[in-house]
Amino acid sequence: MTKKIAIAGNEGPKVRSDCRVELEIHESGGIQFELKSKVKALFFDNIKQKVTEVLAFFDIEHARVDMLDAGALDYIIAARVEAAVKQLIDTDKEYLPEFIPENKYSTEMDRFRFTRLYLPGNKPSMMLNAGLHSPDGVILDLEDSVAPARKPEARIMVRNTLRALNFYGAERMVRINQGEMGIEDLKFIIPHNVNLILAPKVESAEYLQRLEKEIQKLNPEHPVYLMPIIESALGIEKAFEIASACESVVSLAIGLEDYTADLGVQRTPDGTESEWARYRLVNAAKAAGVQPIDSVFSDVEDTEGLTRNVMNSKMLGFEGMGCIHPRQIPVIQSCFKPTETEIDRACKITAAAEEAEEQGLGVVSLGSKMIDPPVVKRALKTIDLATKFNLISKDWRKDYVS
Amino acid sequence: MSAKMIKNAVGRTIPEEINGEKQVPFKGVGQHRPEGNKYGPPIPTCIDFPDDGNKVVDSLETALEKCGLKDGMTISTHHHLRNGDLVNNEVFHIAKRKGVKDLVWFPSASFPCNEPLVTYIEDGTINRIEGSMNGPLGRAVSNGKMKGTAVLRSHGGRAQAIQDGEVKIDIAVLVAPSADAFGNASGDKGPSACGVIGYAKPDALYADKVIIVTDNLVKFPNIPMEIEGNYVDHVVQVDKIGIPEKIISGTTRITKSPDRLMIAELTARFCEQTDILHEGANIQSGAGGTSLAITDFLHKRMLARGMKGNVGFGGTTKYLVKMLEEGTLDTLLDAQAFDLDAVRSISENERHYQYPVFNAYNYHSKGNLNSMVDIMILGATEIDVNFNGNVVTHSDGYLLHGIGGWQNCLHSKTVIMPVPLFRDRIPVIVDEVTTVTGPGELIDVVITERGIAINPKRQDLIDKLKDSDLPLRTIEELKEEADKICGKPKKPEFTDEVVAAIKWVDGTVIDVVRKLKQ
Repeated sequence: MTKKIAIAGNEGPKVRSDCRVELEIHESGGIQFELKSKVKALFFDNIKQKVTEVLAFFDIEHARVDMLDAGALDYIIAARVEAAVKQLIDTDKEYLPEFIPENKYSTEMDRFRFTRLYLPGNKPSMMLNAGLHSPDGVILDLEDSVAPARKPEARIMVRNTLRALNFYGAERMVRINQGEMGIEDLKFIIPHNVNLILAPKVESAEYLQRLEKEIQKLNPEHPVYLMPIIESALGIEKAFEIASACESVVSLAIGLEDYTADLGVQRTPDGTESEWARYRLVNAAKAAGVQPIDSVFSDVEDTEGLTRNVMNSKMLGFEGMGCIHPRQIPVIQSCFKPTETEIDRACKITAAAEEAEEQGLGVVSLGSKMIDPPVVKRALKTIDLATKFNLISKDWRKDYVS
Repeated sequence: MSAKMIKNAVGRTIPEEINGEKQVPFKGVGQHRPEGNKYGPPIPTCIDFPDDGNKVVDSLETALEKCGLKDGMTISTHHHLRNGDLVNNEVFHIAKRKGVKDLVWFPSASFPCNEPLVTYIEDGTINRIEGSMNGPLGRAVSNGKMKGTAVLRSHGGRAQAIQDGEVKIDIAVLVAPSADAFGNASGDKGPSACGVIGYAKPDALYADKVIIVTDNLVKFPNIPMEIEGNYVDHVVQVDKIGIPEKIISGTTRITKSPDRLMIAELTARFCEQTDILHEGANIQSGAGGTSLAITDFLHKRMLARGMKGNVGFGGTTKYLVKMLEEGTLDTLLDAQAFDLDAVRSISENERHYQYPVFNAYNYHSKGNLNSMVDIMILGATEIDVNFNGNVVTHSDGYLLHGIGGWQNCLHSKTVIMPVPLFRDRIPVIVDEVTTVTGPGELIDVVITERGIAINPKRQDLIDKLKDSDLPLRTIEELKEEADKICGKPKKPEFTDEVVAAIKWVDGTVIDVVRKLKQ
């Protein structure tokens, strides 16, 4: 490496919970540490200790470190220092912050994925409270929201975040980069209990199959699901093939910004230009038995527009939508809430199914109508959902026993 | 510091004497009862004032001279022109030019625009400030630059100190957006209109000398007047008393931060589930982005439930005005207008009425509005595991905020503090607050994005929420979570030198601030 001075991280008047580290490795003189920070009076010792510890981990004993800090937490500081170190020396070592026990959970293949919150992978401040807003999934993004030059430091930031930040039960998701770069991303995230990978701009089943294999090579402790995003005309043509590419695929998402660009048309609020693609995607996903997931709605201020958009998505058969701001989460969630009629029907079916099981009957029937197992499954899902949204009492059964 | 030190009822060690005056240590809430008569200013005689009622003099300097400005005097001012005030600093520029020393500045609040006064603290023109110290002034005081010891009081405590003679005002210099030559003054008209000027009420009543400074001299009588000319010695006309856009924020805005909105929503749900939001409730909340969001959430819930509250009080904003206009509040009592909607409403709606803190918060009043308020929303820099709150110092030990009405508001029926668990890595919930500004027995609920802690003293609220889906935690759990996320911060290091005293609403000393080690 020929670089002499490394710079990692962010600074600026609007930057919070982050820091910018400038590092120069010396031959002698120990660690010269300069800190500018709002929290200097309270955290100077902690910050200096963390910086020294990370440098020592990479066998650096002599260096100048200038740090501009805006209240970065330890795992964020560690990520920035490591990113700077790796610009100056070649090493495979990783300084891993403690993996907090709260994050050791796995998720179910068919869990609800109504809302998933996109967060830029190189902006730690936006991640801190993400899980508290109760999205079904939190996505740390390594792709479009990260400038090409910042990819290496974002990978380290995402890795540390997966380990040290409490996700409060949200499905832990990462959107990797396209193609080969995406495969490269895996080793930064698979060992750290990511629950689901979003693969952008997928155009072939083979890529997903390869992704699945590469993930297995890294021996994840829990299942890692895949949500391919289709963002091109070719991708839409191959939607079914992609949706049924491998076992790990649980959802199929559509990305309309890139799709409309690929068609060479404007994306409009009513979405006429992408109608066919959306129908096609829903049908392909349903045919493959995975969840169809809609694109994001990009005007954060326009709650009414978002509501219309989600209601339309739900009508088409979509089972979730991306969010670019926490404020969109409750709006989308409430649109996907089951209606009273849906809940009533689900209760009837579930009660009938339970009764059939008690009586040892192989077949569930409601009145004179036979109920297929998937319908029962869906009813149970609706009950789950109604419970999740507090729309149903715990002892609902007493109203439905025949 | 040679004075003997004593421990007060919240366990803080304070000097027995401050600025040469013997102090009463904080004894607990509602334990101190001063006796005797209220302070009385000297008897004026109308024959000493012009028969034609014209009290206008040619300049503020002349007025100050006529009032006998000299070393050691106490000069009071009010803060209704907020960060746009152009007069208050001028008083001290004049004092400096005239070589007057050792003044005590007794403002109802200070603002960043008062930064030039740091020079006068350093050169001894100002001996000390008894009021609030924001930003650069606070920094100067914490660094030990001020000769005397600063004294911080709440808005109500200021009225108390004036009435019981703890502070004797020699000259009150009161800016007025509108006044006549007799001195009848008001805040609702003129190029620098600020709505009301109620903070100046005790100053006008109790100061030895009163000067009104205006840039809008109108024909007698200026009605309705908030300050009556009968209390005024001199009137000064100047070109400009304030910068309008800095007096009132054109519009106050609800926070856009998703985290703060979440805290606001939790607060509104808390108020609903505990039934402290009820028909006829009196509500007070501030002008901060989170408070506004809470006000608006409460408004929407009340609309949905067809509920009507009674009084809305405090710094008035467009969101309180909206509640009045859309019928979720019956009356607004206004101590301070924060935005243009508030200024408009008070001049056109008879259910929106000026109501100075002198009448709402004063310890020597025969009852107060603050104890009638059902829902009180307040902020804090720090809250500790004993629910003690701090609003005057930052966690790094610097004196940076005034008390405002905060201490007075603690006497409301349910005091709720919606705060983030940490700000830029600095925990808000701590083991012990840097400076006790309010005792834990008066703080009922702390609402953070990571959970709600109810003071164990409020078993009634805990019982109400037995089956609630709200995220209830203990204050210790919240504190541990803050430490786990942020790491444990170092405590600031202080010298023994006391640089400021924090008064409780009754005039006793609840805590002191010491000089920081450099």
